[in-house]
This record gives sequence, C-alpha cells and structure tokens, in this order.
Amino acid sequence: MRSPNQKRGIFSVLLVILLSLGLISSLFGCNSTSEPVSSGEAITVHSELKTTVGESTPTTPVQTTEPPSTTKPANPEIILATTTSVQDSGLLDVLIPIFEQKTGYKVKTIAVGTGTAIAMGQRGEADVIFVHDPSKEVPFMDSGAGMNRKLVAHNYFIIAGPASDPAGIKGMTSVVDAFKKIAAKGSTFISRGDASGTNSRELQIWKLVGITPKGQSWYQESGQGMGATLNIAAEKNGYTLSDRGTYLATRATTGLNILLEGTDSNLMNIYHVIQVNPTKFDKVNGPGGRAFVVFMIDPETQAIIANYGVDKYGEVLFFADATKTKADLGSY
Amino acid sequence: MDLILDGIVQAFKLLIQGDPEVIKICLLSLGVSFSATLISLVFGVSLGVAIGLNRFKGRRFLVTLINTGMGAPPVVVGLIVTIFLWRYGPLGFLHILYTPAAMVVAQCIISLPIIMGFTLASVQQIDPKLRLQIQALGASRGQMLWLLVKESRLPLLAAVMAGFGAIISEVGASMMVGGNILGQTRVLTTAIVMENSKGEFAVAIALSIILMILVYAVNLVLTVVQQRSRLS
Repeated sequence: MRSPNQKRGIFSVLLVILLSLGLISSLFGCNSTSEPVSSGEAITVHSELKTTVGESTPTTPVQTTEPPSTTKPANPEIILATTTSVQDSGLLDVLIPIFEQKTGYKVKTIAVGTGTAIAMGQRGEADVIFVHDPSKEVPFMDSGAGMNRKLVAHNYFIIAGPASDPAGIKGMTSVVDAFKKIAAKGSTFISRGDASGTNSRELQIWKLVGITPKGQSWYQESGQGMGATLNIAAEKNGYTLSDRGTYLATRATTGLNILLEGTDSNLMNIYHVIQVNPTKFDKVNGPGGRAFVVFMIDPETQAIIANYGVDKYGEVLFFADATKTKADLGSY
Repeated sequence: MDLILDGIVQAFKLLIQGDPEVIKICLLSLGVSFSATLISLVFGVSLGVAIGLNRFKGRRFLVTLINTGMGAPPVVVGLIVTIFLWRYGPLGFLHILYTPAAMVVAQCIISLPIIMGFTLASVQQIDPKLRLQIQALGASRGQMLWLLVKESRLPLLAAVMAGFGAIISEVGASMMVGGNILGQTRVLTTAIVMENSKGEFAVAIALSIILMILVYAVNLVLTVVQQRSRLS
C-alpha cells in the first residue's frame, strides 16, 4: 500500500496534468481554424478602388457592397502587417474591434516595423499593410505586389532631446539645418537603425544634409523600437527623431523635451494602407484585404482617427487624410 | 527605484482587479508552456531512456546534438519555425502561423533537447547492477523501464522544471511565430517586451512580477513532488 506521502505526491502530479490538459483543450478550443479559400475566387474591384500602380487616388465616399456582419466572409482571417509606432499609439486597439464587428473578419495584427511589413507583403505573407514609408512603398507598388494604396492619415515627427540642448537647435524650423548643427557639434544622436518608417525618414534627412552619419562616434543605432530609443537618448543626453505619440507616452519617464517641431515637409509622417495583390499571390485573402482598405478610408473611421489621442494625451495624434490627394499634402 | 515600487503596486492592482486582458495573457502563457512541456515530456523521456540505455553506432554524435540542442538559441528556433510555417513555406498548408499552436510547436522544439538530455544523463547514471538485478528478478522489458524511470525521478523532475523554465521565459520564438497579437497570441514575455518598447515601464515590471509568481508557483508544485519522492 502506498504511504500518505506518496499518495499526496501522486495526487499533485495528477492535478498538474489535469490542469494542463484543461488549459490545452481551452487553448485549442478557442483557436478558430480558418478554411483556406480556393485561389480562384474572383475579386470584383470597384472602379473607385482600382488605382494605377504607384499612385494613391482621391476617394469619394465609397459605396461598399459588403453587407454588415450578418453574412460571414468565406475566408474570415486577415493578416495585417503594420508598424510598431501605430501599435504603440493604441490607434489599432480602437479601430480593429470596430472593423471586426462591422465586417465579420478576424484580424491578426502583426506589428513589426515598416521594413518588415513591406517585406512580408512582398512575399504574400500578409493580406494588407499599414505603413509609413513612401520611399519603400512606391517600389512595393511598382513591383505589382501591392495594390489599392490609399492615404489614411499623417502627423509630424519631432526632434526630442535634452533640456540642455547642447547643439542649440531649439526654436529652429528646418529639420535639415537642425541635423546639420547636431552633426557639426558632434552631439550624441540616437538612431532607430531598424528599417522602420521613422528610421527611413531620418536617413533621408541625413541625405539632404549631405553627410553619412553611420560609423561616427556621436551617431548610435539602437536597433530597437521608439520607446526604447527615446530611453537611450534620455540616458545619453542625446537627440533623436521621434513620432509625437511615443514621445508623449514616454515623456514622464524620459524627461526629454521637444526641441524641434513644425510642419516642415521633411517632418511629415504619412500613413498609407496597401492591399497585397491577390492575383500575384494566390494565398492572399483578397476580399479581406480590400475590406480593410475600404474601412480605413471610410468617413466614420476617418472621424475616429481624427479625434484619437485627445483623452490620452490632450491632443490629437493624427490628421485624417483620406479625402486628400498627394498634391494637397505637398511633396513628401 | 520608484519605478520598481510603481511596478509592484501595478502588479497587485492588476491581479486584484482581475484585469481580463492580463488574465487572458497569463492563461495563454501557462497553457502554451504546459502543453509544450507535456508533449516534450512524453517524447523526451521515452527517447531519452532509449538513447540512454542502448548502445548503437552514432550514439555519441546523437548525444552531442542533443546536448547542443539544450543550448540552442530560442530565437533561432523561432526563425526557422517561422520560415517553415509561412504561407508559402513547406508547412504553410497547416495555417498555424500566428496561432498558439505554432507557439507550442516552437516551444516543444526548444524544450525537447533539454528534457532528452537530462533524461539520458539520469538513466545512464543508474547503477548497471540494478538493471541486472531487475532483469534477474524476472521483470519484463516494460516493467524494467518503468522501474528505472521511477529510480531517476529526482533528475527527471529537474528536467521537467528546466524544460518548463526555458520555455515559459523565452520571448524570441514566441514573438516570431505568435506575432504578439492582442487576445490571440500575446503571452507574458511578449507583452513585457512590448510594454517596455512603448515606454510603459511600470506595466512591464508588473507583468514581470506576475510572470515570476506564476513560474514560482509551478516550480513549487514540482519541487514538492520531487523532494517528497525521496521519503518513500
């Protein structure tokens, strides 16, 4: 006969096994299996949405034929590849549930950074991307991997830095001149260094300045997200180019100041939503991708975007742009 | 310092208020890691015993591979599994990328060598005379194996704790194959990294504390079982 100690030991092990079995079953029970859609599904493209490659066209409020969530779409799963700054701002946490409720689609939001998102789109591993790097988006569209590129919103980058402002850039209006001054002074500058949209814009500005900062002792690449990079800048009394949202969210802990802000076109941060081309990649969810694009430019959604941020930060984070053309925003 | 105190306060708040998002994240962390540990336990112990007790050509090479696997970087495992599970990858037809199932697969691959390695080391160190004695007493092969496993309960449970510990705490593979999707594949480790990158340090510390409490609780149960078995 087993001793009471042995009985209790066995009992505990059995308990652990039962618990894990319960968890496993709940895990796989909750996991909805998606039925893959046959690749031959015809996609009817509205004339308003059909765009020439490389351009984003102005949209009049689009009449969608998607019925409200009464009918479930054939392939309900969409993979949305987007940027860390969009996720960190919390905007998608507001928009995605509304989209899912309206259309019956289930969205897998993968926040990876613009470079990775476009690379995923290039391989057909995402159905739709929401990014902010026009310099990479245009080749993406030209390659035929993307379609229906729609302008969604914009905001402005800022230069964040220490209150002491060693390079003396406070109050300047031209970001190119500010970068020039930072380089001339050799003040510490922290770069994202991660192929993100922010990093891409920062490198473009350095190109306009006409110098290559890589390898210089004052130029440091964090290879991380905006929050971590701002933190490093704070610790090292350095400057960094940041989106407004993440700066505001971390201001209390970093203690950094906004040393340069404004509507300089070089500071413009433009967000586009791009559908991955289902004709090029048969495994892509065409109707799903299109439904998301339509949702993002819908006037109701645009209104939510335009008002987002007020309760959390006291100011809006995005300017909604779906009704504007590229010309309206100037060159970027 | 005040940030850590802030984090501790936040942790209590989250636990007591029963924030549904945090609860879901915790349950998913435990569920995925338990499943993966269980699966690698079954395969790991059986294969480990088989390799530990038998002699065959290439055994040393295999054991070296297993021992190397114990130290394999989880993020490398994550990268390879992701490439296999991509839509256009060889296993894309399974459609499990960005689901908890893919995380279980990746974590199994990470913990399997750990459990196998510990198991074969622990059965190997059993006195060979014991095997002879068991066989001499007329035990069948199955009975002998079961007795040997019971003999090495202590190191085997250590193997389980090591395997579980490795995967509940890993973040690289979980991030890559899971995608850290809110409500679907967000686990404690990936949530901590995300909150840190957002600058929400108090929340990140709070989640870290919760993770440590969970890991401690699981190891408490396993340690109790492990240490109790010595008394019998």
